[in-house]
Amino acid sequence: MGIMDPAKAAPIPPGADQDAILRAVGDEITNRGFVIAKADKLFNWARSGSLWPMTFGLACCAVEMMHSAASRYDMDRYGMLFRPSPRQSDVMIVAGTLTNKMAPALRRVYDQMPEPRWVLSMGSCANGGGYYHYSYAVVRGCDRIVPVDVYVPGCPPTAEALIYGLLQLQKKIRRTATIARA
Amino acid sequence: MTETNMPDMPAAEDTETALITMADHIADVVDTMTVSCAVVRGEIELRVNPADIPQVLTLLRGDRQAAFNQLIDLTAVDYPEREARFDVVYLMLSMNNNMRMRLVAPVAEGQAIPSVTNLFLSANWAEREVWDMFGIFFSGHPDLRRLLTDYGFEGHPLRKDFPLTGHVEVRYDDTQRRVVNEPVHLVQEFRDFDFLSPWEGMQTQIAPDAPGHDDSEQKG
Repeated sequence: MGIMDPAKAAPIPPGADQDAILRAVGDEITNRGFVIAKADKLFNWARSGSLWPMTFGLACCAVEMMHSAASRYDMDRYGMLFRPSPRQSDVMIVAGTLTNKMAPALRRVYDQMPEPRWVLSMGSCANGGGYYHYSYAVVRGCDRIVPVDVYVPGCPPTAEALIYGLLQLQKKIRRTATIARA
Repeated sequence: MTETNMPDMPAAEDTETALITMADHIADVVDTMTVSCAVVRGEIELRVNPADIPQVLTLLRGDRQAAFNQLIDLTAVDYPEREARFDVVYLMLSMNNNMRMRLVAPVAEGQAIPSVTNLFLSANWAEREVWDMFGIFFSGHPDLRRLLTDYGFEGHPLRKDFPLTGHVEVRYDDTQRRVVNEPVHLVQEFRDFDFLSPWEGMQTQIAPDAPGHDDSEQKG
């Protein structure tokens, strides 16, 4: 996530400016023993910094999803670790062709995820049926079954594209107001 | 090393001769149940009546010389114009002879064919798949359910008269809180391109009275 400049909403690169801010925060903690931050900013920071994806590989896209988690691109750098259980996940990556027979299972797994939860649709098939759009057995887009936050195009999308999609999702989480007001 | 030391790589004409010999032998073994038996495109093709299938397979499995003792696959082909519209095809392998055989039986719609699950266990799911995809009933099958399609699916998708997009599509219903089936609604019809001309697929898409199109006709 890096250190953000609140005025420009851009990350401050490592260097004298960044060091100055870090020193200021460090001094604050040494002097008073605490720092002050906005609660919703803190929540969003925590949530976007530890997105745990639910493993939902359905077809060849799952292979690219594995690449993005493996050592070359390493999603763990962003605090994203794949979880085998929906109960422990924040985001579901729908990677591949969603068939009619699988649709109720996908919805059930989504319903089992605790709030707050997000869905990332990966690849043409999950986005809108793709190559199998006119098939008798395929759902024409997983957004017919679950609400989708980010669509990653491609057939299959590269591992970089998926990482980019996940970073977009982080951005989306950061700009949402976490504490809802009635 | 000379050629004679490699008996597992016979010449092409030897293979052909061996196949014809085996086809003749099979016709002898199956005897009166044979409808036709020939070498078609480098493989033995035996045609029989559907009722004789279990007996024919038992004979060919038990015969010392033929020894067709592996059922590789069991599938079907749809010929809608024929009276007996389906061909049920059994692909057999004889490991001893390094030879394959197609066993074909014509089946009409609604006609049952005896199951061979008690002869070959591998026929169990294959017959379920054929039932699912073509709607051919296998009598005596222990558990003839659909194998691949959705629960409650209607129709048999590999029949030539089954529409590509099927009859229903699924959607999550927020009020019922479950995935529901609905009649298919396509925003755009399926277009089949053979790419002979870049425009042919567009014929139905261009409205005849669209502005800039067919202007001269309206003036005249």
